[in-house]
Amino acid sequence: MKKKIRVLVGKPGLDGHDRGAKVVAAALRDAGIEVIYTGLHQTSESIVEAAIQEDVDVIGLSILSGAHMTLFPRIIELLKEKNAEDILVIGGGIIPEEDIEKLYKMGVKKIFTPGTPTGTIIEFIKKVIK
Amino acid sequence: MKNLQKLLNADKITIARTITAVENSTDTKILEEIFSHTGNAYHIGITGPPGSGKSTLVNAIAKKLLKDDRKIGIIAVDPTSPFSGGALLGDRIRMNDLALHENVFIRSMATRGSLGGLAKKTKDVALVLDAAGMDFILIETVGVGQVELDIAEVCDTTVVALVPESGDSIQAMKTGLLEVADIVIINKSDREGSDILMMELKFAFDLRDKKIEWNYPILKTIATENVGIQELVSEIKSHRKYLIKSRQFEEKRKNNFSKKIHELIEENVRFHLKKNIISQSELNLLLEKTYQRKSNPYKIATEIYQKLLNGGKFDN
Repeated sequence: MKKKIRVLVGKPGLDGHDRGAKVVAAALRDAGIEVIYTGLHQTSESIVEAAIQEDVDVIGLSILSGAHMTLFPRIIELLKEKNAEDILVIGGGIIPEEDIEKLYKMGVKKIFTPGTPTGTIIEFIKKVIK
Repeated sequence: MKNLQKLLNADKITIARTITAVENSTDTKILEEIFSHTGNAYHIGITGPPGSGKSTLVNAIAKKLLKDDRKIGIIAVDPTSPFSGGALLGDRIRMNDLALHENVFIRSMATRGSLGGLAKKTKDVALVLDAAGMDFILIETVGVGQVELDIAEVCDTTVVALVPESGDSIQAMKTGLLEVADIVIINKSDREGSDILMMELKFAFDLRDKKIEWNYPILKTIATENVGIQELVSEIKSHRKYLIKSRQFEEKRKNNFSKKIHELIEENVRFHLKKNIISQSELNLLLEKTYQRKSNPYKIATEIYQKLLNGGKFDN
């Protein structure tokens, strides 16, 4: 059987706007991906634990609160701690240009800013997960 | 399997990756290797229509069981889209307060084309959790209607969750859901209509198939507020005692092994048939003959079966 791609879509932190995350989750679903949707107000710890138990290929985070410079590195650090750094981390949200480079250096694989067509995200995931 | 010891020690990454291998059938030897380490876990199924609160119930039941210092595996099944092959697995949302518990392992599964309310591999995934030392395995089906009853086969105790909106007694008397119930609950019982549903379920209970010795209890719960959950857990425990005492526990598990063995043999035979006994082009010729009424499906099946028995050679 062809391997199914599994992606966790989650919202860490305190912002309560999940429309974007849901749009992406639905688009991934329609692209044949198994999406584990964990909902709002997740801690970094619970996202990493869920990603491990669900054995996902990718964690997709939606962050609109401005806390991205704290949340992304924390999740990457936790993945390393738990020997699960092979799980890729990508994200989207209101993230300024100058932070994106820094996040890439920290190990975030890709950031999609507002306006990105969902097709671009799907294409990216299918390309990196073989 | 190189990480067997880690799996037996319930290392979470190892459990997760073993499940993936089983789910994708990438390693067929795993189940053979772990089998001797299984048989300890008690399987509880939660089924019911969409929105009846199955995930919330699983969460509430798990929390009660954890108080006895038990290890709990949860398998939550959601549907795969028959159009895209994708799935949105959202049961974890209701189980967030268990997410970080050391003694809990939660796995979401997509049905991947299976129509019985579970995924084809759910039973095998449960086996992995069993080997990892889980005392209880809670299995939540997709939202079901009337015929998705695989759960009763996989689980020792099946809980059917209904809500006041579920319909009248005629719905309940149709075959299906209530026939597989070991415990029936009316969840969201603070809503209007729960007393009427209770009355109708009791009526349906009076008309049940009397050959079945176990009298399924009907309980009211409000899972979000933990109301009725203690009673539910004690009913699960009494059902377990009943199964063991009446030897149905053993009988049912043996039946399941028998089904599994036949299922695997059939799978192998089907594969062998296609690969070695009758090719698609040979079959197409026979289909053409059948279409012209020069042969018939019954005769063809007998001949192919004979060929199978003769080790691949047709008679005559």
